[in-house]
Amino acid sequence: MSEQSIIISILAAAVTAGTPILYAALGELLTERAGILNLGVEGIMLVGAVSGFIAAVATGSCWWGLLAAMAAGGAVAFIHGVLTITLRANQTVSGLALTLFGTGLSGYLGKSYIGMPVPQAFKATTLGPLSDIPYIGPILFRHDVLVYASYLLVPAMAFFIYRTRPGLILRAIGENPAAADALGFKVFSLRHLYVIAGGMLCGVGGAYLSLAYAPSWLENMTAGRGWIAVALVVFALWDPWRALIGSYLFGGVDALGFNLQVLGVTVPTFFLSMMPYLFTILVLTLLMAKSGGRVVPPGALGLPYDREDR
Amino acid sequence: MLKPIITMRGMYKRFPGVLANDNIDMDIYPGEIHALLGENGSGKSTLMCVLSGLYKPDGGTICVEGEEKRFRSPRDAIACGIGMVHQHFKLVEPFSVAENIAMSGQHGSFMLSTEKMTADIAELGDKYGLAIKPEASVWQLSVGEKQRVEIVRMLYHGSRVLILDEPTAVLTPQEAAEMFKTLRKMAADGCAIVFITHKLNEVYELADRVTVLRGGRVTGVLGRNELDTKKLVWMMVGRDVVSQYERGVMPEGRPVLEVQKAVAFNDMGMYGLKDLSLTINEGEIFGIAGVAGNGQRELAEVITGLRRVADGTIRLYDEDVTNSRPADMIARGVSYVPEDRLGVGLVPELSVLENLLLKSYQQPEFSGRWLLDSKAIKERAAKLVKEYKVKVSSLDQPVKMLSGGHLQRLLLAREIAEKPKLMVVVYPARGLDVGATEAVHRLLLDLKAEKTAVLLISEDLDEIMKLADRVGVLYNGRLVGEFPVEEADIERIGLLMAGSGTEGGEADAYQI
Amino acid sequence: MRIRFEKRLAPSPLMTVAVPVVSVILALLFCAAFLALTGRHPFELYFAMLEGALGSAYGLSETTVKAIPLMLCGLGISLAFRMQLWNIGAEGQFYLGAFAATWVPLTFPDLPVFIMLPMMLLLGMAAGALWALGPAYLKVKWRVNEIITTLMLNYVGILLVNYFVYGPWRDPKGFNFPLTAEFPPAALLPTFGGSRIHVGLLLALALVVLFIVIFRNSRWGYEIKVIGSSERAARYAGMDIKRNMLLVMALSGAVCGLAGMTEVSGIAGRLQPGLSPGYGYTAIIVAWLARLNPVAIVLVAGMFGVLQVGGYIVQTFGVPASMVAMIQGAVLFFVIGGEMFANYRVVFPNSKGAEKADE
Repeated sequence: MSEQSIIISILAAAVTAGTPILYAALGELLTERAGILNLGVEGIMLVGAVSGFIAAVATGSCWWGLLAAMAAGGAVAFIHGVLTITLRANQTVSGLALTLFGTGLSGYLGKSYIGMPVPQAFKATTLGPLSDIPYIGPILFRHDVLVYASYLLVPAMAFFIYRTRPGLILRAIGENPAAADALGFKVFSLRHLYVIAGGMLCGVGGAYLSLAYAPSWLENMTAGRGWIAVALVVFALWDPWRALIGSYLFGGVDALGFNLQVLGVTVPTFFLSMMPYLFTILVLTLLMAKSGGRVVPPGALGLPYDREDR
Repeated sequence: MLKPIITMRGMYKRFPGVLANDNIDMDIYPGEIHALLGENGSGKSTLMCVLSGLYKPDGGTICVEGEEKRFRSPRDAIACGIGMVHQHFKLVEPFSVAENIAMSGQHGSFMLSTEKMTADIAELGDKYGLAIKPEASVWQLSVGEKQRVEIVRMLYHGSRVLILDEPTAVLTPQEAAEMFKTLRKMAADGCAIVFITHKLNEVYELADRVTVLRGGRVTGVLGRNELDTKKLVWMMVGRDVVSQYERGVMPEGRPVLEVQKAVAFNDMGMYGLKDLSLTINEGEIFGIAGVAGNGQRELAEVITGLRRVADGTIRLYDEDVTNSRPADMIARGVSYVPEDRLGVGLVPELSVLENLLLKSYQQPEFSGRWLLDSKAIKERAAKLVKEYKVKVSSLDQPVKMLSGGHLQRLLLAREIAEKPKLMVVVYPARGLDVGATEAVHRLLLDLKAEKTAVLLISEDLDEIMKLADRVGVLYNGRLVGEFPVEEADIERIGLLMAGSGTEGGEADAYQI
Repeated sequence: MRIRFEKRLAPSPLMTVAVPVVSVILALLFCAAFLALTGRHPFELYFAMLEGALGSAYGLSETTVKAIPLMLCGLGISLAFRMQLWNIGAEGQFYLGAFAATWVPLTFPDLPVFIMLPMMLLLGMAAGALWALGPAYLKVKWRVNEIITTLMLNYVGILLVNYFVYGPWRDPKGFNFPLTAEFPPAALLPTFGGSRIHVGLLLALALVVLFIVIFRNSRWGYEIKVIGSSERAARYAGMDIKRNMLLVMALSGAVCGLAGMTEVSGIAGRLQPGLSPGYGYTAIIVAWLARLNPVAIVLVAGMFGVLQVGGYIVQTFGVPASMVAMIQGAVLFFVIGGEMFANYRVVFPNSKGAEKADE
């Protein structure tokens, strides 16, 4: 392989490796924009991955798998919503509980599916002339349909958040729920809605791993991607476009570790595997250091809302 | 005869531990300016939050134009033309003015179109003399401007009943006068205006009718020509009120605190204080007037060591203490009653006992190198609670359960027990009823009698005029004007607070 | 009819005790329903778990063995949580503690026991402390979120240990298994009688006593309490928040590192991958369920020891051990959901508009 084609294949791999993180990050972004911190992304992705896989095996269709992953992701996120929005529980602890629960639940459900092949996976398809554009084609347009869907999702979400009235209300309930409430918006219902929607996207991220990326089921197969997604939302400053860039950056680090050996670099695999985690810490630290610690999250992030709290 | 637009009958609202509204009846007519008068904690805001749909009543009926309504949310109230401007503005700070107003559109389109909004806002603003910039971000606005945004927003979605909760609290006297003009214009257009207040002069100046509340009940409804100060005070407080304290003659004491050309940044990284200088002597109360957000917090924090000065010096009894740590300032006898009593001055979740220990837990009387002396701590806490008449059910009660007045007593008790050389108090009477306010004021005057220097930062000019020996006006981080209280007049202070006459004021700021 | 929640003036003392108990029962019932749905016999499984964990001397000993690292990690975590520092990195700190402790017998196999064990102990604690200090430093210096950094370091720590046991430290006589050489007897913690219960238990209990003294009656405990409740008030009172954050995180990590040291020296006798079946994560639940109270941590850790042992038992029924992780997660859900009922009352309005409150 020529050096050029290696670089192209690494970049293309960065896109596929970044896609599950991107879905999860967009899900978390939506949730956090509504003022709810959901640290359960890792658990939701695992539940999504396993339910998607089981449904795909049962029906023989990866589309049913995707649907099941979204439903399962939304369902477990709803638990977090009930606890933190309705019951006003501590969001940090509830999110941790969700991760632990999701890890256990997915392990329990998936035990007998380990090593099983998936009847139908999301396969790479070309997009006609787009895929033949030099450099760009092979990097961006020779992937599966979920990758293409994410290309549409990012601008759609950015448009929704910044340009539409419901998006304005979404930002308002995350910044100042009391203000939205005083104007008569149903803060509780809306927050539930966005927590569930966010959970569904995290579920898609999980399903991408088990139905497209791997495609198979392994216990704990997310390997911290959910947490990386949480970190990424901070890095993205709650902006979908920046989340896209960040996801591919992480995908790139992931893919690079994989490909360094191909390039003949002899670093023990254990150290290569550490890279995404260390990179996460590094990126967060650089961001915070550069901004002097003044990264501004949605104003009400992590705070339970109680109208008659005096 | 005109029919009321709003009729409320038998309103009840209970909060845990308090009956906030107890069988209240109230009528509001179109075209009238209706004052809702009462002390802090008398249930005025609660009643209006119920009327605006934010709180659900525990009993009673609300009729709009004779038709009974049940508001499930503020949206229902807004749909009936009832809009409320809360004391804590319900604006989303990072949003622009236009976005804040667009939020409230009842049947707005899916897409946001800012151009049309901008034009509509400008038109409404012109009509009522409410100048606002639609594209400005709310966090950049002054409090007065924010209030205008709130009013325009309510007008924008067609409010016919406009409720304002203590609208003048954040304004300079001149701004307040401007706003009164606007309100009269709106009333003339047929709007019903309800304004919540505890200031009698505002009732005289503005109201067509007044409903007085005390302890959650209506104690009287008076028309404009029936107004009588003594009667109103009795309805409101239930007893006579001291209008002026007796003050000791100011002795010529040594200077305690000298701030010279202090420069400090606020949390946003912008100038909070600019070349601010002031001196306070023993036994003197120095009052700082000004609209909130002009450097009050920064000034208090710089003196107490909680914020660094970028330039300038701070001296305490002739010793340089510039940028000392908070612990050093405490040790040197600087006490501080902060703006946020619960959360800064007191720890909400901790008990009365633990809160009283906050400043003294390292003193040898109460603690060894490692372990605390719980017996001594308990004894002192019991003594303080008794001496300062703080009403607590036990020393182990979490302080967040105390009422506002007793919280402030507790806080003052602790700070005074440290026998301070310098006491910094910020908004000491905010949110307190008349009795509690008097108690707090007496404590400050007692401190003065013991030769403590007191820096009194307040937004209430009456309070400053009653207590202070000298007055300074804080505007935009500078001390613009400083005079003995005898020479101070409200008109001039108001102008300085608004930043007019700053040229002259600026020169004052450099005098010591 | 719409129910609503109303804040209690004081948390109900009855509820404070009743809520965790009821929550655990509800969580078990919830999981039972789930198990039944997936075609198992839940109560048969629960009974087998109980019997396996408590029904024999061996079972009791195993339960205690599993409870020790949970106690230690739970205590370590509780220290940080009390100051609202979310140290999620107990798992990594545990591995680092085990790793550093292992270095001693591998490098100096001939040390006498009275030097060997203290050195392992100290190094284990130091490594755990360092692993927690990194995130603490980043938090203090630039407010980098410690949840993410401590968690990321879990993965890094485990990979680091794996590198050594698969690479430089692999026992040449170990038939190529990823294990270090067995420790010399001087590097093994003493055990009680013939059981596998080691003196780590005593260390944990000693820490409980120490923690009680610190939180009840010490100046430093008071500072932690104030900082944990309101950082702004602590600053106002002149407390050094940054120093305390570093100190608390270091100690929290040290205790988790100690857990790793006792596990490797008291149970495994060598360093190996999978030394911890997620003790560091389970301990988060233990600490929270115990409401960060040291004595309660011991009790809850005992209960979770039962679950942990039960996890091995259910596998003989062909049920995956992850069932236990699921139950643990569910318990935490129900507990934090239940806390609401300690702080709020449920109010049922009746048709006349007046309200009745239940207790």
